[in-house]
Amino acid sequence: MENEWPLWEVFIRSKTGLDHKHVGSLHAADAAMAIENARDVYTRRMEGVSIWVVESRYIHASNPDDAEALYDPANDKVYRHPTFYDLPDELKHM
Amino acid sequence: MKFLLNYILQLADNALIHGHRLSEWCGHGPVLEQDIALTNTALDHIGQARSLYQYAADIYNQLDSAERENLFTSAALLQFRDQATEDAMAYLRDSWDFKNALLLELPNKDWAYTIAKCFLYDNFTVLLYSALSGSADATIAAVAKKSLKEASYHRKWSNEWVIRLGDGTPESHERMQQALDDYWTYTGDLFKLSEADRKMLEQHIGTDVSALYAQWHSDIAAILNTATLTLPANEWRQEGGKDGRHTESLGYILAEMQYLQRTYPNAQW
Repeated sequence: MENEWPLWEVFIRSKTGLDHKHVGSLHAADAAMAIENARDVYTRRMEGVSIWVVESRYIHASNPDDAEALYDPANDKVYRHPTFYDLPDELKHM
Repeated sequence: MKFLLNYILQLADNALIHGHRLSEWCGHGPVLEQDIALTNTALDHIGQARSLYQYAADIYNQLDSAERENLFTSAALLQFRDQATEDAMAYLRDSWDFKNALLLELPNKDWAYTIAKCFLYDNFTVLLYSALSGSADATIAAVAKKSLKEASYHRKWSNEWVIRLGDGTPESHERMQQALDDYWTYTGDLFKLSEADRKMLEQHIGTDVSALYAQWHSDIAAILNTATLTLPANEWRQEGGKDGRHTESLGYILAEMQYLQRTYPNAQW
């Protein structure tokens, strides 16, 4: 629809120190309204301490048809995983 | 005691009636996101009302029968001697025992009128709850502190909508202005001191609402200026809500809101 408000993607940081995670999308007339709408739609149950919004049209995505060429080659290269280090117990969220 | 009870009911009735009116938007909002926003806000107000009605019911239960009959004429409420609950306060009083401001019972009409109502009230409650955060009554102070955070968000939301509609299209501008002009005259009893207001002010429990007017007026003028809207010039105001004199709208609200509890007492679901 021509008069519909643009779509925005919403990212919420659930706790200080963690990353913002994509939680969904919504409609809003501008960025200020998008943040308010995100507050009302996505943080009603104490889900977050910080909100990012970005207009959906500014997100560029990889093409699913390229998946084989892009991701499969990583399959058999176990040496790329940093699994050979001992992590201290205090380190969480790795 | 009786003035404290009346004072609490003034605050609680404002919150309940406004919350109920906003809840009428549930499922009818112009877009999903604003539907949820208004429903959240409605629940904030009803939550404030609940805390206050519990407190009011506790005080009611300590009154003797002469005091009760002096304060209330609602037969359904007066059946209670010492077992009244928050629900009894909300659902069993008749309109003349309600003390909410007239502005809040007015119909939502359309989005502009709803925003006008929220805008005029939210700018008032932020000032009111700031003042009441320092109340000598611990319960009122606690409710005010909690409500102040909610009210600050409500004010931000309604201020932005006033700016958005006022500074929007010619049609949105005109309809926002009309809504403000129409509901402006109903803001009188927000700032009028009732007997309960005066007694509570003496005891440092309440605050002088008439003294909040200047700040409210300048806050509103600043937003309207940004919104390219005109501050209504009419200084004459309707009043009477705090004395139980209401518009016909309140009767319709109570009929819908109270029907179930009065027809099926103590119904739960």
